[in-house]
Parts: sequence; C-alpha cells; structure tokens
Amino acid sequence: MSVIAPKFRLGYFIKALLDNIFWAVVLLTLAGIPAIMILLFYIDLPIIDGQILTPFLAFTWMTHPEMSVPLVKAFMQTDFFRIAAFPGFGFGALLAAGVIFVERKMLAKLQLRVGPFYCGKVEGILQLMSDGIKLLTKEIIIPAKADKPIFWVAPLLFVGTAAAFVSLIPVAPKTVVADIDVGLLAVFAIIGFFPIITVLSSWSANSKYPFIGGIRALHQMISFEIPLILSLLGVVILTGTLNLSEIVESQATYWWIAFLPVGAIVFFIAMLAELERIPFDLPEAESEIVAGWLTEFSGMMYGLVQLGSYLKLYAFAGLFVVLFLGGWQGPMVWPPFPEEIVTEGITMGPVTAQIPGLPLFSQEMLNGTLWFILKTAAVIFFILLPRGVFPRIRIDLLLHVGWYRLIGLSFVNIFIALGLLYAGVLGPEGIL
Amino acid sequence: MTTQLPPGLQLEKVDERIMTLNVGPQHPGSGHMRLIVQVDGDYIVACDPDPGYVHRGEEKMCEYRNYITNIPHLERPVIHDSCNILYPYCLAVEEILGLEVPERAKYVRVIASELNRCVYTMYWLAIYGIFLGHSTMFMWPMGDRELLIDLLEKITGARVTHAYFVPGGVRNDLPANFEDVCLRQVNYFEKRIKEYADIFYDNPILISRTENTGILSRQDAIRLGTTGSVLRASGVDFDIRKKEPYDVYENLDFQTNVLQSGDSYARSKIPWLDMFESCRIIRDALRKMPKSGSVRVKLKPNPKGGDVEVYRRVESGRGALGMHVISKSKPEPYRVKISVGSFRNLICIPYLLRGEKLGNMPAVYWSLNYWPVEADR
Repeated sequence: MSVIAPKFRLGYFIKALLDNIFWAVVLLTLAGIPAIMILLFYIDLPIIDGQILTPFLAFTWMTHPEMSVPLVKAFMQTDFFRIAAFPGFGFGALLAAGVIFVERKMLAKLQLRVGPFYCGKVEGILQLMSDGIKLLTKEIIIPAKADKPIFWVAPLLFVGTAAAFVSLIPVAPKTVVADIDVGLLAVFAIIGFFPIITVLSSWSANSKYPFIGGIRALHQMISFEIPLILSLLGVVILTGTLNLSEIVESQATYWWIAFLPVGAIVFFIAMLAELERIPFDLPEAESEIVAGWLTEFSGMMYGLVQLGSYLKLYAFAGLFVVLFLGGWQGPMVWPPFPEEIVTEGITMGPVTAQIPGLPLFSQEMLNGTLWFILKTAAVIFFILLPRGVFPRIRIDLLLHVGWYRLIGLSFVNIFIALGLLYAGVLGPEGIL
Repeated sequence: MTTQLPPGLQLEKVDERIMTLNVGPQHPGSGHMRLIVQVDGDYIVACDPDPGYVHRGEEKMCEYRNYITNIPHLERPVIHDSCNILYPYCLAVEEILGLEVPERAKYVRVIASELNRCVYTMYWLAIYGIFLGHSTMFMWPMGDRELLIDLLEKITGARVTHAYFVPGGVRNDLPANFEDVCLRQVNYFEKRIKEYADIFYDNPILISRTENTGILSRQDAIRLGTTGSVLRASGVDFDIRKKEPYDVYENLDFQTNVLQSGDSYARSKIPWLDMFESCRIIRDALRKMPKSGSVRVKLKPNPKGGDVEVYRRVESGRGALGMHVISKSKPEPYRVKISVGSFRNLICIPYLLRGEKLGNMPAVYWSLNYWPVEADR
C-alpha cells in the first residue's frame, strides 16, 4: 500500500495550526510554566559579578557585549556543559569521529587503496557524516520474536555506559566530569556493565547468530576483565590512590610505563579484547556469525552501538594515557595568554574592546588538553594498527591467552610494583 | 510415520543443546551455497554442505550447440579461470575432429592458462584472507591480480571471460611486444607474492588458527577422491601437468609442491606455492615458444566428428578438471560431462568439520579450494 503525500498548501497548514492551537496552549501552560518555575526557584544559579543569574537577566546579558563572555564562562562551568560538551560526551564523540576517519584512511593506505574520497571534497572528510545521515534515515527493523523493550534500550544503554566511562577520564587539571576518589574502581564497575548489555541485547534479539556472538562476547569480556583489572593494580600500589587525577599528578617526573612495562602491555592487550578490535573481534566475526551480536540491529540502533564502541575506544585509550603515559603532563607548549588583553582590552585600530572574563580557559588546561589529545591519538593509532596486520584469533586461543598468559603476566607486574615499593625506590617514601 | 526431513528443515528440536545454523546462501561466510551446521556451543557436531544454488545446466546446454558455440557458455562456471575450464573441452574436441594444433598455439595456451590459474588463485586467496578476518590480505591480492588481468586483456581483449581457447588453437595471436611486457609484469608479480609470506603465511595468529585444523590424512584424501591442492597438501604428489602432460607441459621446467601435514595451513599454502611455479612456467614458455607461426588451424563452418568418446583432463586452479565428450556424428556433441575439482573437494567438508570449532569453519571450508559456481555447473 502506498500513500501519496498531499500537496502543500498554505491554507491547509494554517488551518492545521489553528486546529491544534488549543492543545499547544494547554501543553505550554502545563509544561512550560512549571519548567520556568523550576528553573527560577530550584536550580542553583551562578553568581556573576555579584548578581545572581536569573533567566531574565541571562536574556538581557546576551545582548550586552560586556557581559556575554562571563555568561559563556559561567555556562562552561556548569555540569551540563561538562557532561554534554567538553570533557564529557561531545569531546569524546568528536575524538571518536576523528578516530573513524583516521582508521579508514590509515587502513586504506596500508591496503594500497584510497579510502573515502569523494564525500566532503577533501579526502572524504565528511564520509562519516553521510554515513550518519544514512543510518538516521534507514528503517529500523526489529525481529518479530524479539523482546522489544530490552532490544530497544540496549543500544542506548551501551552508549550511556560508554559515556559514563568517558566522564571519568581526566583530560586536564580539574577538567573532568566526575572527579571522585574511587575513580579507578568506578572504571572497573563500568567496564563490568558492558558484557551484561551485550548479553541482554543479543539474547533479546531471539536470533541465533546474535546469541552466539553474545555468548562469545561474554566469555571474552569476562576472561579479559581479570587481567585488565590486575594489570592496573601495580599503578595503584605505587601511587596509593584510586583517584585518576591524583594518579596523573603522581607522574610529574616519570611515567609509570617506565617502571611497569609488563602491566602496560597486558593492559593494552586486554584493552584490545575488551574493545572487540581485531585480532579479538570474535563477537563480530562476519565470516562465522554474520555480525555477531550486532546482526539484528538496523538503522540508527546500529549507529548508536557503533558510536558507543568508538566512545569506549577513546575512553580506554584515555585510561591508558592516564595510568601509564602521564595523562596531561607535558612541557608547556601552549603560548601564555597575553596579560594586556585581560587588563587593557583588545585594540583594533581606533576601537578598544574591554572584554572582562577572558581568557575562557587557563593556559594549564589548554596545554594539558593538547598533551592528552596527542598521547591519546598515539595510543589509538596502536589500537587501530593490528586491524591491518592480523587475522582473527580463535575462541580457544583467545581464552588460553587470557587465562594463562595475561593473568600470569599481570601477577608478575604486581610483584614488580611490590618489589619497587619495598626496595624503597618508588612509592610514598621512595627515593625517586 | 513422518518422513525424515533434511537437518536444515527440521521443525522439532532434536536436542536442547544442539542448534542448527543455516550458513548460507545469504551469509558473508559462504559462497553461493549453504552449509547446514549443527553446533553444540562452539563445537560443530555435524555439517552438511548443500550446493546447487547456481546450477545452470551447462551440460545440457552443450547438447544443443555445436562445438564452437559451446565455448562462451562453458567458461561461465569459473569466469576467473576460464582458460583452464575450456582447456579440456578444446583438447577433447580436437581429438574428436582430428585437429593438429600448431606448436606456437600450444605455448600460447600454456601461458594463458598459467596466467589464468594465478588470477584465480589470487581471487581465492583474497577471499581466504577475508574469511579469516584479515582485510589487508583481501585487498592486496585483489590489487596485484590486476597485473595479470592486464596481461590477459592484452592477449584476449577481455578481463575475465576470455573465450580464448578454440578447438584447433587459440582465437588470436599474441600482441606485438607481448614477451617483454609479460616478463616485466610476471617478475613484479612474483616479487609481490613473496611479500604475502610476511603478512599472511608467517603470521603467528594465522598459523595458530589454521595449523592442525581440519586434518585430511593421505588415505582419506585418496579415498574421498580429492584433487588438486587438497590432495597435494595431504602428501600425494599428483599433478596432471606432470602425470599426464598435455600440450607442451612435458617440455617445460617446473615442479609440483607437496606438503605432508594435510591441515588447513598446508591446503592454503599449496596454491600460493603453485603461483611461483606458474611464474616459472610462463618464463620458460616465453623462452621456448616459436617466435612466429600460425596459432590456429582453420575449421570447417560446422565441424562434425565421428562416433567417438573422448575424456581429457587438465590441472585447473582447483584440481583435475575433466570433460567427457561423446560425439554421434553430428555437429553438436551428444553428451558433455564436466568433472570439476571443486565438487570433489567439497565432499571432504562433513569429514573435516565434524568436531571442529565454529571459528574454524571458514578456515577449513575455503581452504578446500572450492568454487561454488563451478561445483554446481
């Protein structure tokens, strides 16, 4: 049955609006006024220049050039901005998009191909965007026998968990969404969620290939979680803290990879397995089980799972940088912000603009972010590289590597850390 | 009493633990065929290959066309190896019609068929790479294959379906200056395929995946009637180019590669080693080939044979490829029976996959050097 869309006519449009205006007014009154009330009375509003920011004041200040910069600065310190934009989801998603582009082009160069080329004029830089639009406009097909609520919610949960993981990674000094004392423990807890989501989504699809893929993912993730966690204990022993920011600060003079290379290697391999990257992409092995636990996802559900997995990739690379490569630590390369702009304003010919509130970011933060991105990009490069070099590993070999080799090596790493601690070389009272 | 349905069509569950997977025909890990796989967890309990999705009735079609018009459709089963599938047909028809092939044409045929064998093997190797999850191994052979396709295009004018062999020689002579171009391309090609050892054959993960999987013993290989690379990987030195030399293979300098282990790794390595021999054969043939002369004998418009039966076979990319042509004094053959290596190697699948892990399925299945379209004919 096909439906022919009626022609657009302005009269019909206005009539439709008038028909619905009653309901629009009712909804606005019932939902809009309480929302404004909540905003006015219940939310802690920032104090700028001795004045409490109210929504009314905010509208006034937006048109006021001298107050707009403090307003933006205040917005950037809100939790919403932290979670959605800068150290949180948006930053991670942006880096993930970059990762996808780099992965495609790098793999293409490795395989003597061109890669994405046409979309976006310059080396196919907009290919990801067009893929996203394609996924958005595709129909979402759900298997008839699927357990629909769980099947629907699984991709969202996956992205949400990955975003929660991203929120724990400190990008720069005091630039982290959740700076908690048990940061590393929270990371382990979040990693523990991924197999549950995978199994739930694959089981709820009620289909054979997703089920096999989900079971494989469960085996793989659980057996590699143990070496993953054990390999990080060395760092915890030496620093004596679980707070990720403090772990970064402890690496001001030397990085932990210099003392714990075994732990770094074990963590890297376990990370590849947790991320389901080649050579550990068994849960998505296409020649065996179609697309594994992603088989029944279609349209934007698949897109969300992909977004989640790339966010996870960024978060794991960031965790590696934080724990072993010194996080944001690095020489100051960002130029210091000129003092006279803050004190005297910007002079452009005859006009001098006084802009209070500048700079938006401190020099330390920009420098730290720069180093963090550079180090993360380097780690991500090494995560992407095996895809062009290795075939897929088999499940028994994978479990053998996980249970026999990596767990043993991570214990070796713990003993190295303990030896360094008791020899008095490192640690709280160490000579270094 | 209910009739016993094939395993893929069973509605009731045989066992709670056993799950039946229909791998194919619309599955990234199958060709144009179906593998009905019963798995217990990650272990394969039984595997039943179900070919026949691309059956074209080539043998029946042969009975309605004369000896010349049979050529273009007979190469369709393996368009990548079209010279080799036409080779036994041309040899058989030449014997029926009593044609004497010129010496130069014999060398040209050898060159074309060896080039075509390499083209096929590269395609096969590319798919073997992607079956094991190695995307670089998919792209590299697909790119390097173009070198030889260019050569074949220079000779025949077409990239894949050449229709180059005709009873009594080849369709046209080699182009001018072909020898130099061919030598250059083949030398570069040989240099390229040497690099596959680094990325693929010496790769520790590949070795750990394919070694000691799907072992076909020497006795089983002979008993099941396998041919070609599968047979040679099991330690049987059988190559029709050596055992029953046709055209000028007896004059050429090459050797057959035999490995003893009979596992997937050996089966995947034999075609790659054979490509080096193909390069040797091409170079040798270019050197020994008469520099001028006819490449084709003139045929009557609608040639007719006597009451004879001829069976000729050649070594194709997938093993022995035989054609049994029966002539009943008519312009059309009375019957053409095509015996292909693919189908004979397919028989091993239930024996090799039983008890293997599901992850080994693509590695074992595609190592059998199997081309689904050819098996269906």
